[in-house]
Amino acid sequence: MSDTEQQSCPRKIFLSRDTTSLALGAEQVADRIRASEKHRGEDIEIVRTGSRGLFWLEPMIEVDTAAGRVAYGPLPIDQLDETIESLLDADCLAGDKRHPLCLGLTEAIPYLAKQQRFSFSRVGVIDPLSLADYQQHGGLAGLHLALTMSAGDILAVVSDSGLRGRGGAAFPTGIKWQTVHDVDSEQKYIVCNADEGDSGSFADRMLMEGDPFSLIEGMIIAGIAVGAQQGYIYLREEYPNAHSILKQAIASAEAQQLLGNNILGSSKHFQLELRLAAGAYICGEETALLESLEGKRGMVRAKPPLPAISGLFGKPTVVNNVLTLAAIAGILTRGAAYYRDYGIGRSRGTLPFQLSGNIKYPGLIELAFGPSLRTLLEDFGGGTYSGRPMRSVQVGGPLGAYLPAAQWDIALDYEAFSQHNAVLGHGGIVVFDDSVDMAEQARFSMEFCRIESCGKCTPCRIGSTRGVELIDKICTDGCSANNMNLLEDLCDTMTHGSLCAMGGMTPIPVQSALQHFAEDFSKQGEQDD
Amino acid sequence: MPEISAEIEQNAALLEIIDSHKALEGALLPILHAIQQRFTYIPDTAIPLIAQQLNLSRAEVHSVTRFYSFFRSTAPGKHTLQLCRAEACQARGSRALEQAIQQRLGIGFHQTTADRAISLEPVYCLGNCAASPSIRIGDTVYGGMTIERFERLLSTLAIPVVEAQS
Ligand SMILES: Cc1cc2nc3c(=O)[nH]c(=O)nc-3n(C[C@H](O)[C@H](O)[C@H](O)COP(=O)(O)O)c2cc1C
Ligand code: SF4
Ligand code: FES
Repeated sequence: MSDTEQQSCPRKIFLSRDTTSLALGAEQVADRIRASEKHRGEDIEIVRTGSRGLFWLEPMIEVDTAAGRVAYGPLPIDQLDETIESLLDADCLAGDKRHPLCLGLTEAIPYLAKQQRFSFSRVGVIDPLSLADYQQHGGLAGLHLALTMSAGDILAVVSDSGLRGRGGAAFPTGIKWQTVHDVDSEQKYIVCNADEGDSGSFADRMLMEGDPFSLIEGMIIAGIAVGAQQGYIYLREEYPNAHSILKQAIASAEAQQLLGNNILGSSKHFQLELRLAAGAYICGEETALLESLEGKRGMVRAKPPLPAISGLFGKPTVVNNVLTLAAIAGILTRGAAYYRDYGIGRSRGTLPFQLSGNIKYPGLIELAFGPSLRTLLEDFGGGTYSGRPMRSVQVGGPLGAYLPAAQWDIALDYEAFSQHNAVLGHGGIVVFDDSVDMAEQARFSMEFCRIESCGKCTPCRIGSTRGVELIDKICTDGCSANNMNLLEDLCDTMTHGSLCAMGGMTPIPVQSALQHFAEDFSKQGEQDD
Repeated sequence: MPEISAEIEQNAALLEIIDSHKALEGALLPILHAIQQRFTYIPDTAIPLIAQQLNLSRAEVHSVTRFYSFFRSTAPGKHTLQLCRAEACQARGSRALEQAIQQRLGIGFHQTTADRAISLEPVYCLGNCAASPSIRIGDTVYGGMTIERFERLLSTLAIPVVEAQS
């Protein structure tokens, strides 16, 4: 490229617009760059992307160079004026590496380089609302392929890939789709579960904010495979940024004939509607979600019938998590074997883990199943944020176990976790240092269940209330054998007598805390001695 | 009689919202969202109107409205502040922050400050766990929250919250 050519096109700065980057000041960065651009008379284009998921480096900017994107960060919000000026002075736009905030080539940053980004390959790279960007990075290839395939062939690829649902229950996606396909019905639905209620989880959000077309593409392919022409995305209300990005993405997909009648000129039709939830955790459970979509209270339905047979408005319905659906197009284009070759045992492919809490390097880490939890905590996470010893790690959301150091060598694999009475769930990992009070954590698990229970069954509704009281009693009266037996019995009743995993799994964090951190439950007792 | 005409106006606005959504499958939640967006809460008068238009009983509409914590039956303060109480925020000190903010505002959860500047609500994860503790004001999420930052936030947002009585 000649000099004149280079000057004629504005130089680009890539900057994330995902919720966490914004929470860390990305918008101030954008404003400041625009101000500098003006008074320097430079022509800079700010491309807003999703986040790479290296959150301790946000807000971070990237620029294009011949060798790839070069990153600078984290930009200190309280010294933004000087920082932006010094970056521009140092010719950061050309990727000059001498600035102290220069992180080198983004993709060579070890945290990113060590990952296997499959579902998140475009997140943080492209403008989430540019369909052109999406296509340049491999988007829509899966849909084009699907439009040439028979339903049976698509179902076979999904089955052969070994993909299991990423919403927590890890049910084989191919079997679910096949079931919906096989039911004879005029009307079928594809429902995307974007309720992402698990604390410590943000992968669905990052994907919807960073690569929404991959979700839309996955839903259309699901529709083609099972014979459904209507889709819904059920999005939690707590995600206003994802809501606005998805809304725009759907509108532009409609404008480009990706959605609607005769998709891309074919004979297939698919309509997609975005629906907002209203702050109930239980509506992440698929049958409560369907009730909510129908305009009712989010009460869990008894199964059977499975939603695949009688789901939304009694029609056959695929309910899949965001990450499950977003993996589909990539699986079709790269083939079932490519995906299946990642992972171990029955856990095939990759899982985007989310590392947060008291951790030095929080972020999104997409890896093939198999490495140990410790790899994430130490190699990626770099220890605690506070610098104090790490003591307890909750994996898999509010219904997941608290794991002590002795269990950090468990492999990240659905079956290995369940052998230890733990769950991988949606891949959220929350780290606590040694200042944690595990009795407080156990109490919170019961309290959360009490607040969020749909109220349909007694073990969950009443049990959680009793659970809070009992843990309070244990903390004040000490761990008498009687109190402990009562709590064990209560957990047992909840585990076996609850209709769904809300009441059924709340005992998991409680019992893991009791089992591995018993000393925290007798503090008061000790003082009394 | 200005009150009566205000009521008529409100009913007309409600009916318009209901009418423009009622053809949707499972229209109730979209209708409630649209009403709350317009009025900041679900006015009591909306319940019979919705029931009539959707062919539901008032009790049904009422119970749905009450089931979802997001829908409120009274007007909130000028700003709604959601404070995350979930685990990733706990791990970074949200329990202490919760106490400090409640003390600073002089209110507990589900309450509104005397000057009606802020309504405080609990929330269980904002998806901002990697920069916890998190709060949300309106549609903006703030991370790495401390009581000092919160104080500065109040002043930059020009939220005039009465000093808590000591
Ligand atoms: C209490 C509870 C909450 C749940 N929350 C979610 C959620 O927020 N997101 C999700 O995808 N799945 C959630 N699930 C799992 C869903 O019921 C269901 O298994 C999932 O949406 C199926 O999609 P998948 O096969 O792609 O995982 C939850 C389950 C329970 C019991
Ligand atoms: S276990 Fe709890 S949330 Fe699940 S159906 Fe029973 S009461 Fe509802
Ligand atoms: S746990 Fe507070 S934002 Fe996720």
